[in-house]
Amino acid sequence: MTIDSVRGAPGDPGPAEPELVQLLTPEGQRVEHPDYPLELGADEVRALYRDLVTVRRIDLEAVALTRQGELGIWASLLGQEAAQIGSGRALGEHDMVFPTYREHGVAWCRDVDPLNLLGLFRGVNHGGWDPAKYGFHLYTIVIGSQTLHATGYAMGIQRDGVLGTPSAGATIAYFGDGATSQGDVNESFVFASVFNAPIVFFCQNNQWAISEPLEKQTRIPLYRRAQGYGFPGVRVDGNDVFACLAVTRKALEAARTGQGPTFIEAYTYRMGAHTTTDDPTRYRLKAEEEAWKLKDPIERVKAYLVRGDLADSAFFEEVEADAKAMARELRAACLALPDPEPLSIFENVYAEPHPLMTEEQEQFAAYLASFEEASR
Amino acid sequence: MVTAVKQFKLPDVGEGLTEAEIVKWHVQPGDTVEVNQTIVEIETAKAIVELPCPFEGVVAELLVEEGRTVDVGVPIISVDTGEGEPAESQPAQPAALKQDMIPTIDEPGMTAPEPKRQPVLVGYGVKEGATKRRPRKGANGAEAPAPAPAAPVSAPAPAPSAPAPTAPRNALPLAKPPVRKMAKDLGVDLATITGTGPQGSITRDDILAARSGPAQAPRVAPQAAPAGREERILVKGVRKATAAAMTGSAFSAPHVTEFLQVDVTRTMETVKRLRELPEFADVKVSPLLLVARALLTAVARHPMANAAWADLPDGSAEIVVKRYVNLGIAAATERGLLVPKIKDAQDLSLPGLARALTELAEKARAGRASPADLSDGTITITNVGVFGVDTGTPIITPGEAAILAFGQIRDMPWVHEGELAIRKVTTLALSFDHRIIDGELGSKVLKDVGAMLEDPIRMLAWG
Repeated sequence: MTIDSVRGAPGDPGPAEPELVQLLTPEGQRVEHPDYPLELGADEVRALYRDLVTVRRIDLEAVALTRQGELGIWASLLGQEAAQIGSGRALGEHDMVFPTYREHGVAWCRDVDPLNLLGLFRGVNHGGWDPAKYGFHLYTIVIGSQTLHATGYAMGIQRDGVLGTPSAGATIAYFGDGATSQGDVNESFVFASVFNAPIVFFCQNNQWAISEPLEKQTRIPLYRRAQGYGFPGVRVDGNDVFACLAVTRKALEAARTGQGPTFIEAYTYRMGAHTTTDDPTRYRLKAEEEAWKLKDPIERVKAYLVRGDLADSAFFEEVEADAKAMARELRAACLALPDPEPLSIFENVYAEPHPLMTEEQEQFAAYLASFEEASR
Repeated sequence: MVTAVKQFKLPDVGEGLTEAEIVKWHVQPGDTVEVNQTIVEIETAKAIVELPCPFEGVVAELLVEEGRTVDVGVPIISVDTGEGEPAESQPAQPAALKQDMIPTIDEPGMTAPEPKRQPVLVGYGVKEGATKRRPRKGANGAEAPAPAPAAPVSAPAPAPSAPAPTAPRNALPLAKPPVRKMAKDLGVDLATITGTGPQGSITRDDILAARSGPAQAPRVAPQAAPAGREERILVKGVRKATAAAMTGSAFSAPHVTEFLQVDVTRTMETVKRLRELPEFADVKVSPLLLVARALLTAVARHPMANAAWADLPDGSAEIVVKRYVNLGIAAATERGLLVPKIKDAQDLSLPGLARALTELAEKARAGRASPADLSDGTITITNVGVFGVDTGTPIITPGEAAILAFGQIRDMPWVHEGELAIRKVTTLALSFDHRIIDGELGSKVLKDVGAMLEDPIRMLAWG
């Protein structure tokens, strides 16, 4: 592989701002990278634009619903749309995603109904989608543990003996810059490396682990950590949907053909709060947000479309209107979500009947029956 | 047209928060609002948050005024949505339903003096009584696994000499060991007391109440003055913090204040000249900038003025001389007095200092100063001149050794180069902690600042 894994040996401070793979500048200028050729038709670019706008709108609606007391909490993806859509659209049918709780854009690419995500944060389901059907594991709230799950799953694919065949899949584990300090994540790097597992580690470095800045996580660029574990690492402009698509495609293809793991550091910025219970104005400067606003992942695609005469104003208005209509429907559907039946908590705990659980279920049913009005 | 007025109840926006202050309304009655339009800013224990409107329609009424703190679940605004539905409010908080499912022990005879909070994972707990419990079928019915009620705590305790054989199991007064010891020490018989704690247990307060006798005078409510003659303002927030800091400082650090009148005509000329330089094109240059720089220079010459008194646990004390200057600038804001700090001000260039002064003041006024901005100061300037007065006797910020007050600048008759002239004159006042700084050092610092403002070139010579 030609992925840049050896920019600077350990101890070499290297360039202050390491070069990142970029195919679309913040101004919407298409640039080429020798290792990542990318051919996209106008339809494909428009589809990416539509994805970006839609997931931002879904995210906005969820934040508003949280502020109105309808969701318990929400982790906004604002600013990270390109990293998620770019990598999400690189996935193939046989690939398996292991997300954190912020991967709303990747969920969108895997056709998981956003209403399911809202239900999770409204406290009326536990995710509610079949991970096998969508190739998208349930949201993982614990920081970093999904990297181990993903590595184990990848080793399973390897043992199926399908690598290199058309039915080969890879896993992709999503995590943030803060998670790179977790033991789980480092253990998964070791396993993935020594077993040459078909996995892509996709780190969205959004610069802040809640209130901890990146410099408290690492003294070298994160992508260079991969070298120490023995697999390639690459830093990509996480606000460039083209670059994220190209880099993730290449890494997934390498995994599926038995060439082992890749670490992708998508260099981006969390424009909002860590979650709706966080207040970033208490620990970071407005100037930093303003600087990143100029690197907006959606504006640059829009500029590219306009500049290349690939879309007219009617298209942009239509996308905007569609996203708005979708948000309205999503809001109504969210408010109409029924509360789960209390006894449903016993479903899906074990694959087969379990005597102790049956006993507990009966006790709980008797307790519920002791109220005068069982209905709300 | 049929109207329907919907109420928006204050939501819990932060995982278990129970209340919030209404900081600012962004809409007024009569305004048209859209779904998700920002209508109000609230401040919780965690953050200032903007709330988006859940309805579309016309604002009917603001139900809570700015500055008031209300509990989660209280309606704060009503919106006429014109949907022709009967008036209704938003569905109850999901938390209310969850509370229903928590089995609780019935506690007859237990009186809660005030709402208590149930512990939750984060935040400040849920207020007792905030949720309603559905009635249970035939209380303590045999078929229901209902918990047994605790023994009535008000049951008369048996005399120690003749314990009644039929006494309930829990007839011994409930009290924790330290409370028992306290009762013993004070000579109070626990059996004579009715407990008000959990499960009817006896608390320290119960013992103190019993000791002072049953005829304890009820708390007299403050007599209300005739309407309109007095206003009572609850001391809270910044006012409360200021009061605590000032009282603490005034009564722990022996203050000395010295005054100096200074001819600042040349400082004013320097300010004017600086404003013309490209380096200062986009920042505010005021006399305060030069006062700040002069104080930084004076502190570099006399480090002891940039120090703190520290009492140690063993009774001894230390003077902590700071090798960095976190310069506090007192700012009058809508919320009250705030003193944001310019961190490591000694390292800033003059344009850098100007920028920091401007940004900090703006942040404080906008209410965006973070706790970090407001803490860890080493010395302070208070610019009382902006209020149009000559000087004052400032109180030292706790944890610092000195504070400089900078009065108004005005035209005064002044002897300049042997002749009477009209000059720009100001008054400086330096208060210092006499435990750390003696009159000699305090005078030197004040004189240095004065000399630099009289002739700003000295800042170059001493800087």
